[in-house]
Amino acid sequence: MDNKEKDFVLLKGNEVIAKAAIRYGYDGFFGYPITPQSEVLETLAADKPWETTGMVVLQAESELASINMLYGAGCTGKLVFTSSSSPGVALMQEGISYMSACEIPGVIVSVGRGGPGLGTIQPGQADYHQAVYGGGNGDYRTIVLAPNSVQEMGDCMGKAAKLTFKWRVPVIVLSDGMIGQMMEKVELPPFTPRRTEEEIGQQCPWATNGIGLKHRKYNFMSSLEFDPQTMEDRNQKMADKYRQIEAEEVDYELYKVNEDTEYLIVAYGISSRVSMKAVDLLCEAGVKIGMLRPKTLWPFPNKAISQLSERIKSILCVEQCEGQMINDVRLATEGQATVYHSGRSGGMVSSPTDVVEDFKRMARENLSKNWPKGYWMK
Amino acid sequence: MTKEELIIPENKIYGKPTLMNDTPMHYCPGCSHGVVHKLVAEIIEEMGMEEDTIAICPVGCAVFAYRYVDIDWIEASHGRAPACASAIRRLWPNKLVFTYQGDGDMACIGTGETIHALNRGENIAMIFINNAIYGMTGGQMAPTTLMGMKTATCPYGRQADLHGYPLHITDIAATLEGTCYVTRQAVNTVANIRKAKKAIRQAFDNAINKRGCSLVEIVSTCASGWKMTPEQANQWMTDNMFPYYPLGDLKNTVKL
Repeated sequence: MDNKEKDFVLLKGNEVIAKAAIRYGYDGFFGYPITPQSEVLETLAADKPWETTGMVVLQAESELASINMLYGAGCTGKLVFTSSSSPGVALMQEGISYMSACEIPGVIVSVGRGGPGLGTIQPGQADYHQAVYGGGNGDYRTIVLAPNSVQEMGDCMGKAAKLTFKWRVPVIVLSDGMIGQMMEKVELPPFTPRRTEEEIGQQCPWATNGIGLKHRKYNFMSSLEFDPQTMEDRNQKMADKYRQIEAEEVDYELYKVNEDTEYLIVAYGISSRVSMKAVDLLCEAGVKIGMLRPKTLWPFPNKAISQLSERIKSILCVEQCEGQMINDVRLATEGQATVYHSGRSGGMVSSPTDVVEDFKRMARENLSKNWPKGYWMK
Repeated sequence: MTKEELIIPENKIYGKPTLMNDTPMHYCPGCSHGVVHKLVAEIIEEMGMEEDTIAICPVGCAVFAYRYVDIDWIEASHGRAPACASAIRRLWPNKLVFTYQGDGDMACIGTGETIHALNRGENIAMIFINNAIYGMTGGQMAPTTLMGMKTATCPYGRQADLHGYPLHITDIAATLEGTCYVTRQAVNTVANIRKAKKAIRQAFDNAINKRGCSLVEIVSTCASGWKMTPEQANQWMTDNMFPYYPLGDLKNTVKL
């Protein structure tokens, strides 16, 4: 990479993750190759940011090591990220729990593929639970951003950098193999210089980097407590912070939703791109349908969905798995609207006509008033 | 001569390192950890590196190391201290970064991270407390438990067919191209403590001067885990551990 790189380029989603991170002033990347996200590390290795911005790039021995490198680096106040895909992110869950426990900033890019197990290397959205609810132990939450374009892959790296330091919680960018692999025109962000050690010292007085030690008590990062009361106090402090994040950081987008909307699609990531086309086709046919796309999966746009649920007939939740986000959508409706599933899994991706067909079935069932029969439909 | 006349700075020949605080240690009587902690504190103080040191402690008995030495500490998850340290050292090229780990942490659950940090030649120092047992969890078998040695999970003694063999992680480290200094020490006598201090100091110097990765094994006692008095433990270590884990440098490529 050189600073002569054009700002408008045609790139893969994974490549943009790497290039945007360099430009947003990330201090380091630690990762392990896994399809379909290996281009992140490959792009970083080819661009050699250590020669320009000074960003550190290291291929770790495993995802376990990557996430613990992230933990260590985050403890010292550095802005760092890792990137992986489904089975690799599974290995990182312990580390994410530790980062959460010590309130350590760090960004984890998760480019989903079909699962469970080794699954497939084709796109998947079956890691919604993994990202949003987490597979690590304990009472913790992570902010989850859901880009749906190559442009947003890059934008999310900037947004994640801000959020992870603002709240001191790990931020997961939950993408999928299709957004990661597809090419689109993007505008890359301008170069932001990496923070100097002095700036880190000023901005992160909690960090364990030795700065100013002679004039303060020493810092330490530990998630271990022997006293359950102290642990509960820590948990409650974190829970208060989580409530604040839920109040302040919800982000979503409405597509063709208006006062007359009768049906709603809720979809994120690649499913929202497919659903956008389905909404267009249905609107052309005279159906009053729109889409709500969560841009943050946690915090989830509960209020927006609840308010829309008051006046619509039903919701189609489109996701490329056997139904995970659908549970959050159902909770958000507060029982005011029936929610139906649409989507494929294992690396298969719905086409817009698949979504249209599922909508038709939903609408027929909706008319017959036999709710909640057929809650799950394929 | 009164006490006040005797206790004056000119007469002081030894003192507690200023980096050691007054928190009561949780270590058992006879444990090697306290001595090694003191050496670490002394060396950092002597080097004047208080504001430029980042230490990583393990899961195991030394999990609370951060309570006793007044420098910035990170408590890593079990076995991952070398990964943590690798990232930190690369991001903070002017800092002294070291890990402090036990046998279970370094040579069992974290073997992968240990080998790869050593082999990448990370400019860090690793202090390895080998007491051949899991102390914190109450005396279970460790990767370095000797053949025939009894622990809570090999109550009839370690047997090859049931438990496999002790892992010579330090010997493995010496074969890796990324290591510059691999040594095995003990802190059971004053002479050995002095040698161990010199070894840790060299490991820290190597790290700061970017000479590669250094590993200092301290063959240690665990009087509680071994169910012995501190004195018996020292004797048992001398009789049984030293023949199996002989003291001395295994590798030193640094020409000073």
